Amino acid sequence: MKSYFARRLLQLIPVLIGMSIVVFSIIHAIPGDPATVILGDHATPEAVVDLKAEMGLDKPIVTQYLSYVKGIVTGDLGTSLRTKKPIMDEAIPYLAATIELMLISMIIAIVVGVNAGILAAWRRASWFDYGAMLIALVGVSVPVFWLGLMEQWVFAEKLGWLPSTGRINAREPVETITGLLLLDTTIQGNWIGFWDALKHLILPGLALGTIPMAIIARITRSSMLEVLNVDYVRTARAKGLSELKILYKHSLKNAFAPVLTIIGMLVGLLLGGAVLTETIFGWPGIGRYIYDAIGSRDYPVIQSGILIVSTIFVFVNLIVDLLYARLDPRIKYR
Amino acid sequence: MKGPLLEVKDLKVHYPIEEGFLSKSGNVVKAIDGVNFSIYENETYGLVGESGCGKSTTGKAILRLIEPVVGEVIFEGKDINQISRKEMRKVYKDMQLIFQDPYASLNPRMTVGQLIEEPLIVNSNLNSGERKVRVSELLEIVGLNAYHAPRYPHEFSGGQRQRIGIARALALNPKIIIADEAVSALDVSIQSQVLNLLRKLQREFGLTYLFISHDLSVVKHISDRIGVMYLGRIVEQGTKHGLYDKPLHPYTQALFSASPTIKAESRKERIVLKGDMPSPTNPPTGCAFHPRCFAAMSKCKTVQPKLQNMGDGHYVACHLYDE
Repeated sequence: MKSYFARRLLQLIPVLIGMSIVVFSIIHAIPGDPATVILGDHATPEAVVDLKAEMGLDKPIVTQYLSYVKGIVTGDLGTSLRTKKPIMDEAIPYLAATIELMLISMIIAIVVGVNAGILAAWRRASWFDYGAMLIALVGVSVPVFWLGLMEQWVFAEKLGWLPSTGRINAREPVETITGLLLLDTTIQGNWIGFWDALKHLILPGLALGTIPMAIIARITRSSMLEVLNVDYVRTARAKGLSELKILYKHSLKNAFAPVLTIIGMLVGLLLGGAVLTETIFGWPGIGRYIYDAIGSRDYPVIQSGILIVSTIFVFVNLIVDLLYARLDPRIKYR
Repeated sequence: MKGPLLEVKDLKVHYPIEEGFLSKSGNVVKAIDGVNFSIYENETYGLVGESGCGKSTTGKAILRLIEPVVGEVIFEGKDINQISRKEMRKVYKDMQLIFQDPYASLNPRMTVGQLIEEPLIVNSNLNSGERKVRVSELLEIVGLNAYHAPRYPHEFSGGQRQRIGIARALALNPKIIIADEAVSALDVSIQSQVLNLLRKLQREFGLTYLFISHDLSVVKHISDRIGVMYLGRIVEQGTKHGLYDKPLHPYTQALFSASPTIKAESRKERIVLKGDMPSPTNPPTGCAFHPRCFAAMSKCKTVQPKLQNMGDGHYVACHLYDE
């Protein structure tokens, strides 16, 4: 297991190198010269050339790439053109906010999606099945931004139950430890803060989690249907096991592999959806951070943001692969 | 003589055919349509018939692994078709099933030890240590070793897996085991090993078997009494010798003539049946076999024959033997 893990980590190196090349070249393919952006349209050509030299943009592209990689390896992602602060320091709180939002969305999506899928498969062709699958179909079809706006309109505007934007009530700041507010408030025993942070999380979490929830429900259902007809489930029933055990112990374990794969893929979807959700809900996350950077052509920030997001994706899928091997004894750690 | 251990009376399983999204049409598939037989303690009752005749459905219906089932299944004097699911789970202690496919019937995510132990957790008072001992004991009984317990099913061959299935079925000391095509998926040489194991276990533990198979030679080898099924009904029933020496029903005769033998002198001319087995959605009127029967009379088209006693425990449902 340990050597398998080490090997998988080594295999990531070419992936990460490829990723850095792609991220690096995308930015260079985008029109708009950062030096001109910084200095404004009325800058003299000499000033632009000077600034380019200062930023190293006049050097050959390979040199630029190498210094970029050197920066990444040493933990230096450059400085933001807009704020002039190191991106590494700036990005971390944003990243924490996004991770918290994604975790909540994923928990909602998995808990609701998996259970709905199991029930729908168990009571196949019942009203629950038809109802749940119809909702799931609507769920995958609804755009995140529309859902987010509707939620805000109903729960914040009309009913006034939940706050529509932000992460926490600004008047009662929480001391940062991990950056995950739910965790920080728990550590500090600040239950008012915890409740407040949770209330802020519900709407964006639901908006972001709906599509994954619907996809997970549908995959779980079809995967469970296959398993429920297999002989070993009949064996389990003939052993006199309760339905609960048959469903969750014997069937789900076997039906879970495709669900797990999808969950890994959905993390990518969530990262994309996070940009929209965070913009709508004023969530100070990495998506918003990138979004704002795009608006101001802050290209080192865009570059680093994409790099961070894709690194998360790669590592989540590594975890999925490891869990896969855990889940199915037939997969050898080769 | 003691009463039967298991008695099946007029067992029916009808599946509705669903037409569309919400509507159900009136049509049904009569998977089994009025099956009657009894099994006595310590005997092996063989159920034969071609694919799709309802043999496996009968086995599963007795254990209520498919629903809904109409009719009576009397086990030790109690109609287990009427009791609740919860009570039924206790019946599984005495009645167990061995499946056809040793690859599909063992959960691939559980070790062999866990698989065999599980019925003990549900239906016995043994503690964890005692259960482990029992698992090792069961593995030894079926010719495997105690050290196989922590392995997963995929690490075993087909014959070994079937032994695991048997060990699992034996775990709670059942009274009756329903073996649904228990050896069909195995090589011939392995088949005989498993059959001999089943017979040995029957002698040692006084087991009763309902042995379901399409393989006539296998059924002949292991059974005491045999029922022949056709399109959801038993058309002939008798002792092994009575049936094999003197098959009465034209279907049984055709079936036996199709089974290959080695001895030249016992080779009979093969009776070739016309057409396929009719669909159970719309079975022929009268005797269900009449469209394919070489001895059909006009009466067969209209009147359904009843099982009649021909002496020596030999029953047949055919108008040829009407008074």
